This record gives sequence, structure tokens and C-alpha cells, in this order.
Amino acid sequence: MISEDLLPRETPVRLVDEHGEAVSDPQYPAPDTGRLVEAYRALVQGRRVNEQCSALVRQGRLAVYPSSHGQEACQVAAALALRDGDWLFPTYRDSVAVIARGVDPAQALVLLRGDWHSGYDPNDFNVAPQATPLATQLLHAVGFAHAAALRGEPTVVLAMCGDGATSEGDFHEALNFAAVFHVPVVFFVQNNEFAISVPLSRQTAAPSLAHKAIGYGMPGERVDGNDVAALLAVLDRAVSRARSGEGPSLIEAHTYRMQAHTNADDDTRYRERDEVQAWISRDPLVRVQAYLRGAGAIDDTAEAGFAADAEVVAQQLREAMNSDPELDPEDLFRYVYASRTPQLENEWAMLRDELSRTEPATEEAR
Amino acid sequence: MTMLDTRHDQAAEAEASAPATSATTSPAPATSPAPTEAPVLTMAAAINRALADAMAEDDSVLVFGEDVGALGGVFRVTDGLTERFGERRCFDTPLAESGIVGTAIGMAMNGMRPVVEMQFDAFAYPAFEQIVSHAAKMANRTRGAVRLPMVIRIPFGGGIGGVEHHCDSSEAYYAHTPGLTVVAPATPQDAYSLLRAAIRHPDPVVFLEPKKLYWSKAPVDTSIEAEIGRARVVREGTDATLIAYGTSVGVALDAATVAESEGRSIAVVDVRTLTPCDDETLFAAVRATGRAVVVAEAPGFASVASELAARIGEHCFPYLEAPVRRVTGFDTPFAPPKLERHYLPDVDRVLDAIDSLNWED
Repeated sequence: MISEDLLPRETPVRLVDEHGEAVSDPQYPAPDTGRLVEAYRALVQGRRVNEQCSALVRQGRLAVYPSSHGQEACQVAAALALRDGDWLFPTYRDSVAVIARGVDPAQALVLLRGDWHSGYDPNDFNVAPQATPLATQLLHAVGFAHAAALRGEPTVVLAMCGDGATSEGDFHEALNFAAVFHVPVVFFVQNNEFAISVPLSRQTAAPSLAHKAIGYGMPGERVDGNDVAALLAVLDRAVSRARSGEGPSLIEAHTYRMQAHTNADDDTRYRERDEVQAWISRDPLVRVQAYLRGAGAIDDTAEAGFAADAEVVAQQLREAMNSDPELDPEDLFRYVYASRTPQLENEWAMLRDELSRTEPATEEAR
Repeated sequence: MTMLDTRHDQAAEAEASAPATSATTSPAPATSPAPTEAPVLTMAAAINRALADAMAEDDSVLVFGEDVGALGGVFRVTDGLTERFGERRCFDTPLAESGIVGTAIGMAMNGMRPVVEMQFDAFAYPAFEQIVSHAAKMANRTRGAVRLPMVIRIPFGGGIGGVEHHCDSSEAYYAHTPGLTVVAPATPQDAYSLLRAAIRHPDPVVFLEPKKLYWSKAPVDTSIEAEIGRARVVREGTDATLIAYGTSVGVALDAATVAESEGRSIAVVDVRTLTPCDDETLFAAVRATGRAVVVAEAPGFASVASELAARIGEHCFPYLEAPVRRVTGFDTPFAPPKLERHYLPDVDRVLDAIDSLNWED
């Protein structure tokens, strides 16, 4: 028997329309206004982080920045849907979610500056390292959640990926494992229509990415990815479902990548400007702003405060990224094994010797 | 589905082709009380004992993989573990190697010590990305903040008459990857002691179990502790040193015995840990004899045997009477069962290599 309740809606869940008007939904009550104000504040900050990081790439301060401009509602909702003890498993495009989850912005950007592969201690923030290969981290998320469940802990894990990742074998294996073992994971797909240059139609022939859920025996839901109210409502339900032992679910957020994949990508080669322009009117910030303004929940003073807060974060990022921390070459050998092998000791001795001959000043300063 | 059936068939075949003694030898039940004398165990039973003892000692040790539950593994290595420790501690997974290793990584991140089984060496390749890009690198990516104490058990090598994809020697792929510790025991005692050490180890360990030796028997003293990263001089000698690991240790020992009857005193060193390699023990053994042959089943090109030979060449050159020789599998895909005996390094091939070491006699 195929359970209808595993199937997603025909159209994505939406609670606030493009004009900022509330849309009532019998299944998903709107989050309370205070929470939406908090989300809007985080959206303003997220947008500012995206703009600042893109500028830092142009200045040569970041090696690369995959911007989530236009997808900030997904980023913010992912972070806000979790409790303190829960875990987030993000990808490389999810820096705003990582920061919204509490990771120090400068530490979050260490990977993209090129100092080290991950710049924060995951245990300090309950945020796994940002994953670069697609879908691999979904399996880590499942194992992490399974371990928590075996110990009877209430941890929920939210695992993020994009539309391209849903084509990977690990996506399938992760969903299948999660459903078979009934683990407390929420799979959150940001369908932004493109995997670098390849459109969604080349990733899947399924009616939607959320429809894949029924094949694994878990519920799937589609949500408007530019509507932070709907995202919070849908993610809240999936998280509480997971926490109460009802197993995993798959959420597909429909959104759009407003900028190129990274600075190395020329998106004029694969999509029309008209298409990009059309999404400007669906901007996630404008929508919730209009809603909150209409509800009288925010005013010019509040907005100015949010903008000022965001500017502080941007300034912290500039200061952190415009300094050039001296990197320690010994770090190359420090973290390969818990105890350094004799071979690595020898290699470090060789590099140290090289440095003492070629960089005497650095050596003396050490 | 057909894949699963095939695997079962192959496992049955593998068992059928095992030495006659194995057919009547089932692994010692995990629940048997500790005997006062060291019991004689097959390597499969020794590994089973190591898993059971580790699970009894530490609640965070979990065993999972394909067919490891009710069946007890296609080689019966996990026999009785589900019965004794329950399905939460030893369980069957969906048939998906990347999923097994990938979820094990997440479990290790969250305080568990998973020990996962890859059913056969060549079936582990779908998990390759998880092993080399994630298990190997998590500690490095996070500057040591996240360590992955996990063991990936892989039955490896030939000598059991398995059909294709059941007998690869894939050790070089793992040994080439910084961050992985690669261990290959050659005796039931080492299988027990090294697996206990691997499960206690703070980093991910690829634990290679020589399939052909699953049915070999020897006393196993469970109180003996092994150190990962230490080679073992199995046999002393003065004229040449044979260096081997896994199944090839037995071939080297047999060759040494024959060589002795021909008047040559041959030392044998069992490498045991491929990475990190115990250069000290290897170099001392080679310097003492001035001649060296490395013996391994894997294709020789870009292999662990190549690396050992190169290291010996670099560090022992003034002591050497002859170039270091390698006796390895051919640079071909692993042989079909009926040609296997031509492929695998045997005593004659090792003796020929010894004969080529610039003797003055």
C-alpha cells in the first residue's frame, strides 16, 4: 500500500507570498512574529555576509566564495530550525547557515581563504565541516544521528545539499540508510536550479526532488525556498518529527542561485538574464520585510539596527580576511595522525632544514 | 539482488575451496569462557574473539556491514555477535559499501567505535571515496578536533580460488593515502592482538585480513598486546632477508626453510603494519644480512613492495651486496581460479630471487 502522506504537495508550501501577504495553510501554521523578526535579522546579516565575501574574492582576499545570494532564507531557516544540541551538516555553499548557527564568521571563512580545510572546531558549534564533494556528508549525518539514537539522545541532525547532489550515489545510500534505520535526520535540499551550469532537468526526471522520498519510505515535502516563514514551518515539523522518533524526512526548497556558481564561473553562458531578473522580485528578504512591516513588527529603527548589526559582522570579516596570519608549515604534519609517524618526523625535519636555508628571517622569528 | 546471490555463491565456493580441515572447523563460540591455556584458533575465530572481547569491554564498539548479523559474515568472522550483543551492536546494513563506511564516519564523529566489514576486497571500491577523502582526512581537515576511531575490515588477497572481484590486493590504494593506518596480520595471534589494537587506535585503520589464512590455526593468547607500527622478525638468518606481509609471510618462511636445506641462512620479517611502516626493524634486518627480497601478492608496479624496496635502497645501500629484489603478483588483473597458481608468488619464485642476489659461491 502506498501511503499518500509520504508524497509531497503538488505545489511548494508557501505562507507569505511575493507581496508580503500571508497565505493560510491548514497544515502549516505560520511561525510567530517574534521568530520571523529574528529570521529577518539573520537574513539581513546573511545577505551582508554574501556581499562582503563576494567583495573579498574580488580583492583577492578569499580564494573562492560560492555565494548563497538569493538562498538566504534556506540558510537562515536551516540554522533556526535546530536546537542547541542538534547538529548541522553543511556544504561549501552553506557559509551563511554555518554563521547563523553561531560559528564565528572569520573562522567559517578559513576554508575559503585557503588557510586550512576547515576553520572551526565542529564540537564547539555542533556544525560539521563544510563538505566539498557532493552528498558524501549526508552519510556522515546519518551515522551521526544513528549513534545519537542508539544512545537514546534527543539529537536531530539536519543535512544540507543542493540539487546536483541528489544525483550522487551517496544521496541514495544516505536516504536509504536513514529510512531503514529510522534515524533522526532531516535531509534539506536547496534546489537552486543549477549544478554549476547543468540545469535540474539534467539531474532528474522525477516530478520533483521531494518525490524521491517515497521511494525510500519517508515523507517528502516541497517548500518555497524564498519564503522563510514556510521554510521554518516545514523544517520545524520535520525536526520535531525526527525528535519524536518518527524517522527521517526529505525537504526540497525551491529557490534560485542569483549569482554564478563561484567567481570562476560565467553564468551568462548557460542561463538568460531574463530568468535571473525574474527571480529578483521573489527576493526572500523583501518578502518577509514587507510582511513584518505590514504586521507592524518592524519599523525604520529596527531595520537600521539590523543593518548596523550586519555591518559589524561584515567589518569583522574584512578585518579578519585583510590580515595575513602567519601560517605554520609544521601544521602540515601535525594533524595527519594522532601521533606523528617517524616518516612524517623525517619529512618535517627536511622541510625545516629547507626553511632554515631559504627563509632564515622566518626561522629566526620563530 | 543478483549481486547479493552471487556474493553468497562465491562465499560458499570460497569456503568449499578451503583446506579440508576448515570444513569441520567452526569458529570458537564468542561466549566460551576464557581458557587458562592459550586456545588454538583459526584466524577467523581469532578475529571473532577480538571483536567480541572489544565489544564486551567497550559499549561504543559496533560491528556492521553486509551479512554480518544472522549469517555471521560470509567467512563467519562475526559469528554469534548479534546473538550475544544484540542488533544494536552488530547489525546488517543495506547493500551499500559507501553507505557502510560513510555512516561509520558519522558514528565515529559522534563517539562510537565502529568496526565495519567490506565483504570482499574488490567490493570495497564503491566506498573508496569515503575511505580516502573522508575517513583519512577528517582529523586533518579539523586540525585534530574530530578524530575517527574506526576500523574498516577488508578480506584481501588470493589463494582461495575465488572468481573475479573476490581476490584483489588493494593495499597500495590505502597505504598511499595519508591519514590511514593499514594493518595486515599473518597469524591468528597477530589477527587477534592487532585487531584489538586497531579498535583502540584513535585514527581510522584499514585492517586487511588475508582470506587464505582465515582457516590457518595457531594458539592465541588474548593477553598479548600488539603495537601498531611494529614489524616482527619471524625468523633469524644471516645471508639474506625476506620481507613479507599477510599470506606471503608463509611463502617466505617456506622458501627460507628450503634455502636453509641448500645452505643459506635466510631471515624473514613480517611487516604487519604497512603504514606507518617500521623502517627501523626492516632496515636493521636488511643491514645485518646485506641482501633483501620483498614478497607480496599485489601487482608489483607502484605497490607496497615497491615502496619497501625503494626505502631499503635509499637507507641501506652501503650495506647491500645486491639490488633489492621484489617477488610480486604480475601487473595483470588478479588471475582466474585455474590460473591463480601461476600468478601468486610461490616458493620457487622466491628461491629464484634469492639465487639472483650476487652470491660469491
